Amino acid sequence: MTAALSSVPAADFVATKVEYAAVLPMFIVFGMALVGVLVEAFAPRRVRYPIQLVLTLGGLVAAFLVLVLYSRDHQAKTAGGAIVIDGPALFLQGTVLVLGAVGLLAMAERLDSAAPDTFTQSGSAVPGSPQEAAAVRMGATTTEVFPLVLFAISGMMMFPAAGDLLTMFVALEVLSLPLYILTGLARRRRLLSQEASLKYFLLGAFSSAFFLFGSALIYGFAGSVRFGEIAKAVPQVGGMDSIAVPGVLLIAVGLLFKIGAVPFHSWTPDVYQGAPTPVTGFMAACTKIAAFGALLRVLYVAFEGLRWNWQPVVAVVAALTMIVGAVLSVTQTDVKRLLAYSSITHAGFVLVGVLAMDRTGVSSTMFYLVAYGFSTIAAFALIALVRSSGSEATHLSQWAGLGKSSPVLAGAFSFLMLAFAGIPLTSGFTAKFAVFGAAIAHDGTWLAVIGVLASAVTAFVYVRVIVLMYFSEPSGDTAVLTPSVLTSTAVTIGVAATLLLGIVPSPLLDLAHDSSLFLP
Amino acid sequence: MPHLSTAAVLVAESTGTVHDATGTASYAWLLVALPLAGAAILLLGGKTLNKIGPALATGLSWASFGVGVAIITEMLGRGAEERAQHLHLYSWMPAGGFNLDAGLQLDQLSLTFVMLITFVGSLIHVYSLGYMAHDPDKRRFFAYLNLFIAAMLLLVLADSYLLLFVGWEGVGLASYLLIGFWNWNPAYATAANKAFIVNRVGDAGMLLAIFTMFATFGRVDFAGVNAAVGNASQGALTAIGLLLLVGACGKSAQFPLQSWLGDAMAGPTPVSALIHAATMVTAGVYLIVRSSAIFDAAPDARLAVTIVGAITLLFGAIVGCAKDDMKKALAASTMSQIGYMVLAAGLGPVGYAFAIFHLLTHGFFKAGMFLGAGSVMHGMNDQVDMRRFGGLATFMKITWITFGLGWLAIIGFPGLSGFWSKDKIIESAFVGDGWRPWVFGLAALIGAGITAFYMSRLFFMTFHGKRRWTEDVHPHESPATMTVPMMILGFGSAFLGLALGPTGVITDWLEPVVGGGEEHHPVLAVPVITGLTLVLVAGGVALAWLRYLRDAVPVTPPVGSVATRAARRDLFQDDVNEALLARPGLHLTRALVYADNKGVDGAVGGTAAMIGGTSARIKRVQNGYVRSYALTMLLGVVAVLGVVWVVQ
Amino acid sequence: MNGLTSYSYAPLLFFAAIGAGFAVFSVAAGALAGPKRYNRAKLEAYECGIQPSPHAEGGGRVPIKYYLTAMLFIIFDIESVFLYPFAVAFEQMGLFALVEMVLFILTVFVAYAYVWRRGGLEWD
Repeated sequence: MTAALSSVPAADFVATKVEYAAVLPMFIVFGMALVGVLVEAFAPRRVRYPIQLVLTLGGLVAAFLVLVLYSRDHQAKTAGGAIVIDGPALFLQGTVLVLGAVGLLAMAERLDSAAPDTFTQSGSAVPGSPQEAAAVRMGATTTEVFPLVLFAISGMMMFPAAGDLLTMFVALEVLSLPLYILTGLARRRRLLSQEASLKYFLLGAFSSAFFLFGSALIYGFAGSVRFGEIAKAVPQVGGMDSIAVPGVLLIAVGLLFKIGAVPFHSWTPDVYQGAPTPVTGFMAACTKIAAFGALLRVLYVAFEGLRWNWQPVVAVVAALTMIVGAVLSVTQTDVKRLLAYSSITHAGFVLVGVLAMDRTGVSSTMFYLVAYGFSTIAAFALIALVRSSGSEATHLSQWAGLGKSSPVLAGAFSFLMLAFAGIPLTSGFTAKFAVFGAAIAHDGTWLAVIGVLASAVTAFVYVRVIVLMYFSEPSGDTAVLTPSVLTSTAVTIGVAATLLLGIVPSPLLDLAHDSSLFLP
Repeated sequence: MPHLSTAAVLVAESTGTVHDATGTASYAWLLVALPLAGAAILLLGGKTLNKIGPALATGLSWASFGVGVAIITEMLGRGAEERAQHLHLYSWMPAGGFNLDAGLQLDQLSLTFVMLITFVGSLIHVYSLGYMAHDPDKRRFFAYLNLFIAAMLLLVLADSYLLLFVGWEGVGLASYLLIGFWNWNPAYATAANKAFIVNRVGDAGMLLAIFTMFATFGRVDFAGVNAAVGNASQGALTAIGLLLLVGACGKSAQFPLQSWLGDAMAGPTPVSALIHAATMVTAGVYLIVRSSAIFDAAPDARLAVTIVGAITLLFGAIVGCAKDDMKKALAASTMSQIGYMVLAAGLGPVGYAFAIFHLLTHGFFKAGMFLGAGSVMHGMNDQVDMRRFGGLATFMKITWITFGLGWLAIIGFPGLSGFWSKDKIIESAFVGDGWRPWVFGLAALIGAGITAFYMSRLFFMTFHGKRRWTEDVHPHESPATMTVPMMILGFGSAFLGLALGPTGVITDWLEPVVGGGEEHHPVLAVPVITGLTLVLVAGGVALAWLRYLRDAVPVTPPVGSVATRAARRDLFQDDVNEALLARPGLHLTRALVYADNKGVDGAVGGTAAMIGGTSARIKRVQNGYVRSYALTMLLGVVAVLGVVWVVQ
Repeated sequence: MNGLTSYSYAPLLFFAAIGAGFAVFSVAAGALAGPKRYNRAKLEAYECGIQPSPHAEGGGRVPIKYYLTAMLFIIFDIESVFLYPFAVAFEQMGLFALVEMVLFILTVFVAYAYVWRRGGLEWD
């Protein structure tokens, strides 16, 4: 350690060069988040919602445009190697920006109140109660949600672009902390939400510890936290597998936690159920994208040389994830928990793609993430609209007969369910075909077989929901609220993307393929 | 040929027979697009289309038929080797080095199916105009029918296994929606579920077959696969063949995945006629014939196909003898007849053409009989118990005659359609060396006798003998929208076989695609086989006459022998399924859920406790669970590191 | 580091043992050597003045003013920690570091403005 420190004498300090063109999208998002905080501080309460909505959406759109039109031509390893803007990083950042914007539309839904409907102004007050009104008079607002989402998105953008383990850890925390808070902000079923938030936080901290411990071991092994240096050290430093392999696996555990892979999945159902529903959609889509991006970079760039050591372990995790997710989803009675288990199963499918270990692995994984992201955000946006006696009706029995009472919602949701099931002509099928195809081409046939069987099992689950909506008599006082243009847009985008990626997937598949090369 | 697709190039190189579509054939996409547009319009159009929707759907179905006729006419104008064409649609799925185009395969095989599907399908649209006239939801019904036609056409026109799978899932979905159409009855929804689950097994087989192909050949389009079969290992080909067979079994209700078809009769009768008799259930036969290159190179897989066909044809026939529910008896018969087709397809080039031929004639006479059954139900207050029928011949003349033609056709009455197609299969089954011709030939022969018995039983119990009606029924003939399609199909039952069979039209037409044509000699002389068949058929009819026409039919079913009871229970298929598949699955799920609840998750209990709102419990639940969650993670980490440590 | 040919977990175990030993030693030493003059405040689990038990029904209401202030203190405290090394090395690093530091302080200042405007600094 002392040797490492003294080898960089202060006199030799050289200012780090930053390729601003490459990182500008991240700056925009982070800057907008800061502006959002200032808006919370200084703008009058009445105008905060419109200002925040315009600022946030504008920031996301601007960042996306800059990314597509400008940063794309300035791929670079920058900030002293801490940030790597390459094909996969740009693809995933762009995806996070688009899905973040779509998710934000659903989160901003106000229905007929003055503030976003899904978030609580006061964690201790019942929605619509005098206490809540009093809290609002005292200055409680929910518009902090917007900067929180932007902070989370900036972390998610940094996560797959991190060039060393420390930056990756910082990104991990930057994306996680706002999500912990967002999870606890549900306006209805507040105890469930607050409990979920605490659980998520505690277990997240626990998993971060594994990540850090793994990073420490790797630093001990390679003498550096830079992925490029680690990759170089792997073949050179012989006889030290005993810390390198546990190191990479512990880092993987930290990332697999975020992905929700078995056996690090136990938080997923509780948190997905407890979090405000649009936030769940945002988490399910964007967190997964960022975490898979980070996993791809760690495994493909830094530890490719150790693949014979970690690949079997990750393969077993993938298999377990598919099996456990599929089997447990069979008995779920709550829509949000069902989709949580579904997201676990999908994480298993994506892991199958990751294991292909070449460009098709990267491109099929990225395609899957996009396809799943659009479907899942739309699905959760729809769930948020189904209400029963003032609360969200998430129990499956409350969804009975929705096909008759609200055909549009039931139709859209059924279509998304079919996409989750991987029925052809939906993005789900194309995506599954891409990852399983990549796996089969690289000795992963047994994983693809498990995957096909698991999707056969889950198809039953999804279809059960459809059956319930169409083939059962309506029960109770379940009502579907009429959403504003915000949720409608989010759902329309999600459904349209799901359909388009099923029928004409080739442009995105091509793009994913062209973006599938990591800078070393 | 400026836009020649890769598949077409490959085929052109290998056989020199497939050309890019020109002329009318370049509009072949309309075949699928027209009914698909119909489904979309009807589903999205809302209540404004309630009036005009059904007619629109029927019109679009006929329009699709028109396009098919135009293409086939133009095709007939070319020489036999020039007929097959390929229509490239667009680049569908480029995935790394793998590139898949979506395109339509317009050859003799697919167009035969197009004709069957659009013609019978359109007739059934017309029939449904009458049958569903009073259903408040008929717009949705016609939308699903159109959706089915589109998906089925895509299935048979696809130029790759993957696109075929799209249609495959599409027909499954449409069938599922239609079985459960009258969803106010929970039993119907259960039946829809059962159909779906059993089909998932088949679909998983199908998907695995596609993935194995991808792994073996690196491609999944027909042309590419057929060209590459020669280079693949025997093991891989057998695996692909068996997996395709699993897929075919699921879709075509073949043993051991046959259990859903009987329950699927819960759907409206036109649906049973179209999907569960004439078209969708024959998709498995199409798949096997379309994959002839693979099966020809994998004799073990082909033997399995033959065995499955032989078992199913006897299984279905035996079950058919004991069913009192008219539609379920017909369903068992469908299963058995498809068994014949699968058997024929398993025989190889000697049987492919006859499998398709029987599929065509069966499509006509079985659809006709299902429509007849619908007409009977229409006149009998939707009753299906044949023990409550009897003597309907005088009240429903047209139904009686058209159904009678179907009956004579299916039992193989000389001169009618079934005689030409089924006898050819029986003959082919006797071709070969060693034990096979004897086993398969005798199975097919005995099946013909049983078929004659149970179909005659059905016919006599329904239309002849004493009236055993319940009090409130007033049987009457159905309206013209229903009887005209029945007459057309009845006409087809009578003469289609004669037109295509003895003239050699069908075998010559299909020969460029499926091969065959050379002479084969059965182990028994052909006249002997025909004679034996006729004797057995006559025996079957006579037995039925003795038991169900001369003797009175009791209104309540007699207890019956062990065999009868077994057959009534579908030879215990559900019990076996339950014991072998459902129960272990259930136990596994329960065990996992139990472990999940107690050790890992606490999902259900935890949720209930929270909603219950007792704070003490919440606190206890919360503390316990985070701890146990963390413990799971820790155990996971320990397991991961432990495994690595042990391995190193 | 490359000189280590046969690496083992021994240093890690050793480190863990020292850590555990230190914890045990501290607690034991406190118990053995410290004066034992009990009063009410000494018996409380936390010396912040808030009774952790008994709980009111449903968890009760707990004043969070103390936590809030403590948290804010930690955040701004850490900010100043970063300022020290910067100040020491300022001459070598020049303008670049100055700009970076200004950006850093600005970011924290945004948080400060938020806390101030939203009443986080008011005790009552």
